[in-house]
Amino acid sequence: MTEATPTTPDSTAAVEVRGVDKVFETRTGQVHALDAIDLVIAPGEFISLIGPSGCGKSTLMRLIADLDEPTGGTLTVFGKTARQARLDQDYGIAFQQAGLLPWRTVAANVALPLELHGVGSAERRSRVEHLLDMVGLSDFADRYPDQLSGGMQQRVAIARALAEQPRLLLMDEPFGALDEMTREKMQTELVRISAETGAAVVFVTHSIPEAVFLSDRVVVMSPRPGRIQQVVPMRLGAEAERAARTEELREERAFFDMVTAVREALHGGSPVSSGPRGVETR
Amino acid sequence: MTDLRERETADAVPGGVPGGIRSAGRAGRVGRSRRAGRTAAAWAWGLVGILALALLWEGYKFLAPADGVVIAGTRVLPRSTDLAMPHVWDMIARLAEPVTRSPSAQPLWLVVLLAALTTLGIAAAGWLVGVVVGIGLALVMQRWRIAEWGLLPWIVLSQTVPLIAFAPVVKSWGSRVEIGAFEWQDWMSVALIASYLAFFPIAVGALKGLQSPDRIHTELMQTYAAGYWQTLVKLRFPAAVPYLLPALRLGAANAVIGAVVAEVSTGLQGGIGRILIQFAGQASGDPAKAWGPIFGAIVLGLVAAGSVALLGAILKNYRRSEESA
Ligand SMILES: Nc1ncnc2c1ncn2[C@@H]1O[C@H](COP(=O)(O)OP(=O)(O)OP(=O)(O)O)[C@@H](O)[C@H]1O
Ligand SMILES: [Mg+2]
Repeated sequence: MTEATPTTPDSTAAVEVRGVDKVFETRTGQVHALDAIDLVIAPGEFISLIGPSGCGKSTLMRLIADLDEPTGGTLTVFGKTARQARLDQDYGIAFQQAGLLPWRTVAANVALPLELHGVGSAERRSRVEHLLDMVGLSDFADRYPDQLSGGMQQRVAIARALAEQPRLLLMDEPFGALDEMTREKMQTELVRISAETGAAVVFVTHSIPEAVFLSDRVVVMSPRPGRIQQVVPMRLGAEAERAARTEELREERAFFDMVTAVREALHGGSPVSSGPRGVETR
Repeated sequence: MTDLRERETADAVPGGVPGGIRSAGRAGRVGRSRRAGRTAAAWAWGLVGILALALLWEGYKFLAPADGVVIAGTRVLPRSTDLAMPHVWDMIARLAEPVTRSPSAQPLWLVVLLAALTTLGIAAAGWLVGVVVGIGLALVMQRWRIAEWGLLPWIVLSQTVPLIAFAPVVKSWGSRVEIGAFEWQDWMSVALIASYLAFFPIAVGALKGLQSPDRIHTELMQTYAAGYWQTLVKLRFPAAVPYLLPALRLGAANAVIGAVVAEVSTGLQGGIGRILIQFAGQASGDPAKAWGPIFGAIVLGLVAAGSVALLGAILKNYRRSEESA
């Protein structure tokens, strides 16, 4: 339960969560979605949230994004309130569903946040071109979302989340709709992008290998009420620069050791042969 | 599912031919030609329908007894005399002949056309007022929940008041309106009644459309710190288009009906409602003539609905759904 905070003293944390509770009032009673969450995410740090379904991963992300308010505790983003950080556009977000606007072309969808925030059309065009190139959809700029596969739509949504070069990237199972090959390609891309832009990332996933491959630290959560069970530091990050994480890494011995560590944490510390329900071990 | 995976895989292969491009392009072309085929088929079916109607008409005239069919003193099938049911070709031929015997008389079709255009203008004015009022009400109801609770029942209730029946009263109210240089014209009463019938479907459709964006989209706008107006322009209005188009079409049809009926009951000169009544009065001497304005009214309705359909064609990209085809 103790957390290692790799914050250097001179920099404010990207996200600081202190004793946050979230209780939903429903008709059938209270749902204790989050209980006494403590988490500090350093600037540029890659954090994955993993845990069985219903343990409050999406809820925590929504609190950071100021789409919901905590019932108790404090939550700051870059030293500001979550609301101020949202108004200042300090984060980019990608939901589990792509959520593209169907009447806009791929390019226009990526350009939406830029348009809303008054970026000039020439700069908008060049930025969108660069972003689409990054997610490998340059040839599809003039297509409409209904002409794309689910995976391609998700890549557009990721490009959109990156459009304003945010210092914090919130991603809720963004690769859930992708096939294994695209998924691995997007993971490599995401590592590259986050290293390039120096953005902190909060990444929700159900896949242990994905969490291990991407993260500096993996936050393992448990349900009812949603708690942080353990924070597992990834030695992968310490040994090598994040940019150096390549496909070979997936084959290394250390990788499998980390996967096992996370799996054991998920199961409450005891060594197990199979992962708990709701979590993919592929 | 397998299809999706195949496309994705082909796409992910670095340096490989992006199979997605070709297949998506082909899908687009097939879609377009299929759409063109569908509109052609719709036109063909329309023509077939008209022909079938004409055949039915002439067939009935040929087969049915002249005095129709009377059972127990009630006529269950109409008379098939030339007076009651002129031949289709007579009705068409009559359109080309002058309205009256006077040498300066215009041909019937021109008179009908001019009258129809007048009515179309009045109906269009009524429709525009209906659009402004309908969308305005929808905006207020979308913005404030409490307004929806307070207003919607009254809007629904308003349609149970048969304003057409009160058309003469509306006209007399109107004639008392005089604000500075502005003076209420009789045609404005007709347009007002047309707008009264038009605004209802538009208000209901627009409200449904403005409320249609999914939570994921409204929350996305929230994460962009977009305000009410930005959300309205970038999200709510575009999302409302698929709901608005049928509502606008229904509103247009209602406006035409309202205008024609209001013309009849207020006795407004110059419109198609007036000549409809006038020529029907002359039917005993010139039965085919009465059918001119009837055809005119039908064409009027089609033109009104067609203009909105044109709007739909311009806005076709707003009718896309999010799912991949
Ligand atoms: N708006 C809400 N109203 C009531 N209860 C809610 C609401 N949102 C979430 N919950 C409850 O809070 C708990 C945590 O939900 P959350 O969506 O955060 O889980 P999750 O970890 O993201 O699950 P999954 O992996 O399935 O996405 C669940 O028990 C859920 O039922
Ligand atoms: Mg979730």
